[in-house]
Amino acid sequence: MMDNETQSIVLVGVGGQGILLASEILAQAAMQSGYEVKTNEVHGMAQRGGSVMAQIRYGRRVHSPLVARNTAHVLGALEQVEALRYADYLRPEGLAVVSRQSIMPVTVSSGAATYPANVEEMLRLAFPRLVYVDATKLASELGDNRAANIILLGAISRGLDLALDSWQKAIHLCVREKFQDLNLRAFALGRDIA
Amino acid sequence: MKRLLSGNEAIARGAWEAGVTVGTGYPGTPSTEILENLVKYKPDVYCEWSPNEKVAFEVAAGASLAGARSIVTMKHVGLNVAADPLMTLSYISVEGGFVACVADDPGMHSSQNEQDTRNYARFAKIPLFEPSDSQEAKDFLMLALKISEEFKTPAILRSTTRVSHSRSLVEMGERRPSEKKIGFEKDPPRFVPIPVWGRPMRQRVEDRLVRLQALSERSEANRIEWRDRKLGIITSSIAYQYAQEVWPEASFLKLGFSYPFPDALIREFAGGVERVLVVEELDDFIEQHVKALGITCLGREFVPGIMELSIDRLLSSRARLEGRSLPEQKAMQFSEQLPPRPPVLCPACPHRGIFYTLGRHDVVVTGDIGCYSLGAFQPLDRMDSILCMGAGISMAHGMEKAGEPRKVIGVVGDSTFFHSGITGLMDIAYNRGRSAIIVLDNRTTAMTGHQDHPGTGRTLMGEATLAVAIEDIGRACGLRHISVINPYDLESTRAALADALSSEEPYLIVSRAPCPLRERKPVGQPRAIKTEECLGCGKWLGLGCPAIEGGSEKPKINVQLCGGCSLCEQLCPAGAITVREGGA
Repeated sequence: MMDNETQSIVLVGVGGQGILLASEILAQAAMQSGYEVKTNEVHGMAQRGGSVMAQIRYGRRVHSPLVARNTAHVLGALEQVEALRYADYLRPEGLAVVSRQSIMPVTVSSGAATYPANVEEMLRLAFPRLVYVDATKLASELGDNRAANIILLGAISRGLDLALDSWQKAIHLCVREKFQDLNLRAFALGRDIA
Repeated sequence: MKRLLSGNEAIARGAWEAGVTVGTGYPGTPSTEILENLVKYKPDVYCEWSPNEKVAFEVAAGASLAGARSIVTMKHVGLNVAADPLMTLSYISVEGGFVACVADDPGMHSSQNEQDTRNYARFAKIPLFEPSDSQEAKDFLMLALKISEEFKTPAILRSTTRVSHSRSLVEMGERRPSEKKIGFEKDPPRFVPIPVWGRPMRQRVEDRLVRLQALSERSEANRIEWRDRKLGIITSSIAYQYAQEVWPEASFLKLGFSYPFPDALIREFAGGVERVLVVEELDDFIEQHVKALGITCLGREFVPGIMELSIDRLLSSRARLEGRSLPEQKAMQFSEQLPPRPPVLCPACPHRGIFYTLGRHDVVVTGDIGCYSLGAFQPLDRMDSILCMGAGISMAHGMEKAGEPRKVIGVVGDSTFFHSGITGLMDIAYNRGRSAIIVLDNRTTAMTGHQDHPGTGRTLMGEATLAVAIEDIGRACGLRHISVINPYDLESTRAALADALSSEEPYLIVSRAPCPLRERKPVGQPRAIKTEECLGCGKWLGLGCPAIEGGSEKPKINVQLCGGCSLCEQLCPAGAITVREGGA
């Protein structure tokens, strides 16, 4: 029923991790490749330390900006539990790119809930096609752990049919001058490890 | 040239292109970014955050009467506040094009209710426009302004969370300034609705509605897309996009200029298909009208009217409509094992200490709308009611007058206080109340993304200006007990609260500390726990601070998150928490 050509991507994480910038760059890269693009992001109360999700769809003709469950081609996550929380957005053969990061929700630090100890095992069960990277650690090694989102994007780019050139142009358009070099290197690193 | 714009950016762009010179509003998710983007076109446009939506509406109305094209922006509940000027502006009519841009929040992502603004268009007897994507957001805003000016009627552009916050491609155009001369033209029978003139106005509203209905019939914003004739779907707004994905073969009547309804077009469409299904988000606004036209249609029995629609929900609707079982869904794995991640007060939030301290007392806390609504959650759990903006103060007074045996404390934010808390405070002073009121003054409208307000000393245009002091308003009301505290100092917070609780007179506490997110710098040095000195008493758990991890056994402060507010240090009985050595 869905248009098979339309690509759907879901990016998830925790407020403040840079999910929205990653979404903007991805959308821009699709635009640079000549596709129609629609995106959606979460604002307001949902952002205060809560889960954050951005959705991107591109293709020749895109109607809904929202991704239906079981249909995303790629799921990118900057936090492990968040990857699992939104796992059902991914189609069975879809690609999951998950960063090895755990951010404790306040429900865990207060003792009301526990963070799963076997999260890696759960990720491997949930995602038959899993790229599992420590984006934060890699970003620190590049000199700024905030670039984890761009490393993730680099890894995701392997699962999409957008030209490298489009991604680079998108980073130029979306990122401030002084962070461009860092982000281009972060992107290349992510693309290499995936 | 095409650009990728959010619906809100597109509305702002449309306003600029259409020659709008005055834009006003009050921040509210999902509408806030309209004005934040419109102000980027200064000096072509004057923009302001008004203290509330009623004021914003009236300022834009005044601008329109002077001949300027104007827009006013707000979220759905904001239109309740502005309903009074809305209903009568419909009577006195407008001069320069006037559009109220109102964003609904189906699914209540960031709102206290899920009301459907479309009802207001029918209520006020004015035209309604419903964009489905960013291009339409721009086009329909411009169309609404044009029709508003031509028919001298206010208009509503109704967006929703998914229209406002989705991005899609928009064709850019040039600005076309209005040719209308600015200058109010005195005309009391038109602008003064005292009964002798108001009654003719009342008739003119009905006559205008008839002419608008004729326009809606032939508007390009309402269109039929003929495909297979077995099923015809009548839809509007974002529901159109989802329905296109779910019923790609069906014929569509897409309503963009959706009130007054294009009755002849609806009849033509219904007559051309075997079955009619209405797919709309929230109220059965279209469906009821279609039925009132005597047309048999399906709708609410298949398409839910509560919470936002989605492709998934419409796939279920389709399955039920066709008598099939629901489509197979991959079961959500592990959902039981995943810890919830609710929104929380940020690390070093200045509100945390107030709620923590309130938690030590058996009081009733009537709360309000803002980041501090999060004080209702565990472990702080110190907000007992929320009604609407300003009610934190007025409801405290009402409970007290009812004889509530416990002390009642009203808690509101600074922007909320200016929005509609001042009148409540005046009421307490005037009517001999005894409530204690705490204004959480973090020097910004934080929840919606840090907008200025009358207390910040800065305008939306970026100019320095007069700043209203909350304590001065308390004094002007005649209050004799006013205390301004630093909420990062638990001792003085406790003392002020104890004083307020024992007071027989109204008591105003202004808790003043700027939002660290807005300041973009930590409050102090990050803290660390000396594990060997930790008693494991768990007192810090009561703070609900996201920077302290590890549960009660082995607490650890996440240096990346800690904003150095020192509340945990002040609470620690063992002195085991200190400034982290070596800093961040």
